[in-house]
Amino acid sequence: MVVVNLVRVGARACLVEVEDAVTAASLATWARESGPAADEIVPAATTVLFDGVDPAEVAAALPHWSRDAPPARGPVVRVPVTYDGPDLEAVAAHWGCSADEVVALHTSLELVALFSGFAPGFSYLSGLPAERSVPRLESPRARVAPGSVALADTWCGIYPSASPGGWLVVGTTDVVLWDADLPQPALLAPGTRVRFEVAG
Amino acid sequence: MSGVEVVDPGPLSTLQDRGRRGWAHLGVPRAGALDRGAAALARRLVGGAPDDAVIETTMGGITVRTRRAVTLAVTGAPCEVRAGGRAVAHGAPVTVPAGTLVVVGPATSGVRSYVAFAGGVDVPPVLGSRSTDTLAWVGPPRLAAGQALALGMPGVLPEPPDVVVVRRPGRVVRLARGPRADWMDAEAWAALDGATYAVAADSDRIGLRLDGPRVPRRAGELPSEGIVLGAVQLPPSGQPVVFLADHPTTGGYPVVAVVEDDDLDLCAQLRPGDEVELRVV
Repeated sequence: MVVVNLVRVGARACLVEVEDAVTAASLATWARESGPAADEIVPAATTVLFDGVDPAEVAAALPHWSRDAPPARGPVVRVPVTYDGPDLEAVAAHWGCSADEVVALHTSLELVALFSGFAPGFSYLSGLPAERSVPRLESPRARVAPGSVALADTWCGIYPSASPGGWLVVGTTDVVLWDADLPQPALLAPGTRVRFEVAG
Repeated sequence: MSGVEVVDPGPLSTLQDRGRRGWAHLGVPRAGALDRGAAALARRLVGGAPDDAVIETTMGGITVRTRRAVTLAVTGAPCEVRAGGRAVAHGAPVTVPAGTLVVVGPATSGVRSYVAFAGGVDVPPVLGSRSTDTLAWVGPPRLAAGQALALGMPGVLPEPPDVVVVRRPGRVVRLARGPRADWMDAEAWAALDGATYAVAADSDRIGLRLDGPRVPRRAGELPSEGIVLGAVQLPPSGQPVVFLADHPTTGGYPVVAVVEDDDLDLCAQLRPGDEVELRVV
């Protein structure tokens, strides 16, 4: 029996609260495959939103979810990065190492897309060690270029389009993150594993 | 099938149907007609199907020229409608010949008028919908001068209703407590219930920004979480934001309340400067 907190969101939606994004991703994966019918199932940092549902049905279904159910394990996508970001040195300073060592660490990780949001194609990539956590910019930039590879807290993300942004930008990539004409429009859908590499 | 040509799209005219479902986890807003009741009435008046795309105008209206005989209807925000120079009724179907200039004038009250054509506007759907979302611009682009819009095959016109009931726009928006209602204390709730807010100038299809009494709330930050249509977010400024159809799919400010579904059509027609009373139910 899994004990989780279910919070009502109006008449036709609810949030299920869990302890972290990995658990939220696991719950969302299970719910899509065998959970109650919903218009939208939206995992986030510590919650899963069920929209277009009878909250009582969600409450009744939740005990069937095993907390050990793994999150979706998607394909590995390689993302070539030119590490020339304006905040590369700032990240190095936070980590107490050189810019080269930042690149070496970033390209050694296998990150996992846990949830999306903010803009179509933007994925929150998990896998940066806790001791490599970085703060957001004190004042967000008015415009971050598309393809910017950036860090905040222990998350990594790639801006799919130009937008304001407060994450620390370490580099740029020219992979296409979003194409609405494709059957799977997001390159880094939840579950996708991501390896960064130095662009050749 | 050729249909109509956009002569002047006005300040913002978009195509809208009932919106996009099932893509919020990839960051794609639902979009869809903001005044759902008015859009549904317009479709019904021309014999359309529930998923037909209609034009949603914003304040300034739209001018189109027909390329063949077309049955159309205009609903939503009241406005003058002229076809070939003649006044035609708002909220009723009218059939005009090819080459007719149809002028949907500026809204005399409210914000959004809907123009439905028999057969529906036929553009390729994007992710299952012909709606334009103005947050990420997924879907067909906003309408532009010179653009030709194809129309689908007209269905059979329904018997027109004897009376078209147009709800007089109220000025009360009812709120249910939301998932983060506990970020406000009892005193803040008491102050919010019955408070009057003015609709701010930067309100749009994404959300209504409200200017009025500052609502105090707990300090701190919330991890980002999924957002529903009608969510009332309370940023640190204490000025509530009501999320409409093009809202971001996740957000980090607490959702303290959710607008009652029946009041969302009213929210679609509130103009900057209009006053609304928030009532907690």
